[in-house]
Amino acid sequence: MIISVASGKGGTGKTTVAVNLALALQPGHPVQFLDCDVEEPNAHFFLKPRIEKSREVLTPIPEIDDSLCVYCGRCAEVCAYNALAVVKCAVLVFSELCHGCGACTLLCPEKAIRETGKRIGVIESGRAGDIRFVHGRLDIGQAMSPPLIRALKKEMDPSRIVVIDAPPGTRCPVIESLKHSEFCLLVTEPTPFGLHDLELAAGAAKEMKIPCGIVINRASLGGGDGEIRSFCAREGIPVLMAIPFDRKIAEAYSRGQTMLEVYQDYRTEFLGLFDDIKRLLP
Amino acid sequence: MKQIVVISGKGGTGKTVMSGCFAVLARNAVLADVDVDASNLHLLLRPEIQERHIFRSGLKARIDTKKCTACGICLPFCRFNALSEDKEGKAVVESLSCEGCGLCYHICPEKAIEMETQVAGEWYISRTKYGPFVHARLGIAEENSGKLVTEVRKKARQLAETEGRNLVIMDGAPGIGCPVIASLTGTDLALIVTEPTPSGRHDMERIVGVARHFKIRTACCINKFDLNLENAEEIERWCLEESIPVAGKIPFDAAIPESVVHGVPYVEYTSNSSADDIRRMWSALLELIA
Repeated sequence: MIISVASGKGGTGKTTVAVNLALALQPGHPVQFLDCDVEEPNAHFFLKPRIEKSREVLTPIPEIDDSLCVYCGRCAEVCAYNALAVVKCAVLVFSELCHGCGACTLLCPEKAIRETGKRIGVIESGRAGDIRFVHGRLDIGQAMSPPLIRALKKEMDPSRIVVIDAPPGTRCPVIESLKHSEFCLLVTEPTPFGLHDLELAAGAAKEMKIPCGIVINRASLGGGDGEIRSFCAREGIPVLMAIPFDRKIAEAYSRGQTMLEVYQDYRTEFLGLFDDIKRLLP
Repeated sequence: MKQIVVISGKGGTGKTVMSGCFAVLARNAVLADVDVDASNLHLLLRPEIQERHIFRSGLKARIDTKKCTACGICLPFCRFNALSEDKEGKAVVESLSCEGCGLCYHICPEKAIEMETQVAGEWYISRTKYGPFVHARLGIAEENSGKLVTEVRKKARQLAETEGRNLVIMDGAPGIGCPVIASLTGTDLALIVTEPTPSGRHDMERIVGVARHFKIRTACCINKFDLNLENAEEIERWCLEESIPVAGKIPFDAAIPESVVHGVPYVEYTSNSSADDIRRMWSALLELIA
């Protein structure tokens, strides 16, 4: 079973919900945790996994063989990302713009292009107790995270309950993280910012045809969760859990502690959340 | 003209709350929301939209099913897994996965694939009581957020020039990827809003790395600093070692989410001591870019 945790707005508590759900399922359920927020991976602070394996992720970029190139310009013409430019007797490669689609290599009439790998980040995997843990780390200065997320998701073990911690937003890295999920938990907070971005995230899940449910975090802050609940009622999205604001939880977070470490009782609530998700699966 | 961008690495540290306050405190600025993916600043500035523009960017493949002969040649070449077969073996594009590279278009022997430009979003020029405001809305699941950010920034700078304003204040996106890089390049100062948590600290260090990579000057705001005084001190120490000025330390205050609920920038909502802290931070930032 693949459950992803997303939010639209950042900082609403995705990682908190994902981590505590994974922990609540221990012992008894085989869980794999995938932190797909490769720009800012944070789940490791709370799960504290022992990393056993680390591997570099490379994306293909073109390399021109000057002895074969006739500077015809075909590669620059077919590149949709302006990652190649042909001047009088040189081909310039702008690797940060390259999506690694392979069009230039395949379509070069002189077969003068081959692909080499460019490092974009690392994937680290290990264990946190019985939880299998995998996260990715995009290298500083790299712009494109989707290829790293794709590589990370190849590590997915669907024989386990896979919990995916997605990045904030609704653009390509989020879509890449959510793909193939059977259920999406959307974490929000009761402010106009939380609601606005929840609408966007719910729209993305709908477009991807992934059933979703809502967790309202810090439910007692701001103006209370009334408006979020009426949005959910209108859209037919179930509210599965509400976590009241509690300074003790916020302070525990600041020490790298989980909710379950502060309040044992939340285990029952997260197990209830898991049962609700199972019940809602098509 | 100077440009300040407010970023954080980690989401939810308070970028937009601070940006909204700066919009009030700045006397002669153009405001811009460069978090085009999940933009929120308009919820505080209550803009009156004056101009609305369509943002066209990126291509997606479309199969002409009349021309497709189900030869299957294109299928194995797509690196984004965007092509599959229908019942008759004809190619189908999964548009959420298509990155618009056009490889299939080029190799199709039947010329059955078209590349279509996408409407990826909209951008707006608005009036607010605090000054002109450029903002945007990227369509759900659209790419090219970096290009839209660049578009918004270009418009904001033009507005500043034509209206004789000396500052552009930008509310940025979380993360370190393409929209953040697009919002950083060429700015005079990036204010990094962090919080005294392991995530806040770690994500700040990464975004400082990105700023350095692009040779952008940074300053730091420690928001909700009193949630963990020890961590806040450690962040201050780290900033000192790295020669990053700490422009402000703002306490956790339940009145801040309340001000957001009322849709009012915090320094206008109240004049309590944390609002004063934000005012002082703004003065410190002005000194830094002077």
